[in-house]
Amino acid sequence: MFDPIWKLALGLLTGIIFGVLLQKGGVAKSRVIIGQFLLKDWTVLKVMGSAVVVGAVGIYSLLALDWISLHVKPLAWTGIAVGGVLFGIGMAIFGYCPGTSVAACGEGRRDAMVGVLGMLVGAAVYVGLYPSLQPFTESLGNRGEVTLPEVTGTSPWLWIAFLAIVAVVAFFVGHFGSSSGERIVQKEPPDHQSTGNIQTPKHPVKA
Amino acid sequence: MKNPLRNKEWPPYVVGLCIGVLSWFAFATANHPLGITTSFEDGVALIEQLFAPQWAASNEYFTQKTPKISWETMLVVGVFLGAMFSSLASGDRERIVVSAIWEQRFGPSITVRMTAAFLGAGLMMFGARLAQGCTSGHGISGSLQLAASSWLFSILFFGTGVATAILLYGRKGANHV
Repeated sequence: MFDPIWKLALGLLTGIIFGVLLQKGGVAKSRVIIGQFLLKDWTVLKVMGSAVVVGAVGIYSLLALDWISLHVKPLAWTGIAVGGVLFGIGMAIFGYCPGTSVAACGEGRRDAMVGVLGMLVGAAVYVGLYPSLQPFTESLGNRGEVTLPEVTGTSPWLWIAFLAIVAVVAFFVGHFGSSSGERIVQKEPPDHQSTGNIQTPKHPVKA
Repeated sequence: MKNPLRNKEWPPYVVGLCIGVLSWFAFATANHPLGITTSFEDGVALIEQLFAPQWAASNEYFTQKTPKISWETMLVVGVFLGAMFSSLASGDRERIVVSAIWEQRFGPSITVRMTAAFLGAGLMMFGARLAQGCTSGHGISGSLQLAASSWLFSILFFGTGVATAILLYGRKGANHV
């Protein structure tokens, strides 16, 4: 029922660092997430994109050294497709993803706290309906725990190099190509019920 | 030098780079990818087992899986604590219930916003469990392992999210972000 204590402590430490990073990245704010879905504020893709490229280099290096094993989720077609669509709809309505909503709770956001209760109910429904959902997720087959390099018979480093090039190009386009890639900050006026420990924006914009 | 924890925000590329390095750490020390939603599933499964043992015994779920308080459970607790420390250190705390963009489209009603947040979050979690991952488990950890499932999931959720946000807020909604 419990992981060993050292592993729990390690999880807590990793989580604290992850929480600080999500909060400092600004992605624990629903306006940043909605701004990304409206293709206005690219913070979310910048954070995720750089994490994926940097992460991939390290993980495939550690793998080559035999220090770690991969933990790939199975490609159960229906589960991934239906799950991905429901996830996108829910996330756009809610304004947070699961991890950033937990971080938003830490930031004091009330809508995220209500959302975490909703997420518990969503998970409970899944567990309750599991006996019929499990076959449904595999109704169009399950390709197993495969990676893109395995599916295509190519080297992972080819994919990583490609992703790195896309990231570098996107970085330069975002920085020098147009101003639309710039992060829009502090446009939301502080709400009326706040306790006053928020600094007033220098240029408040009427919403 | 000013303590960086006192800054309200760090550049997104710096944050992304650190999350990438953190994923090396998670793999190297606990042999575990960063992920959030499995622990929600485990948590409610344990609660259901505790309060409705007979019902749980009749659910195949509990013969196939053994929910537990795990590394990932503590990761979620840590995310909450880390974000709390970080926002307290910088004073970046907002209790916002109804955001500006929501208010200009759906009005100031707290009930409406909270209902939407509850239902939207529930739907999101249900989708995450169907797909076995979320923005962290698939979007970051799966994508960086070049998992086929994760790239498909990420493209689908992002595309659907864009379509839903445009339907909800309209193209002009972006002016209020």
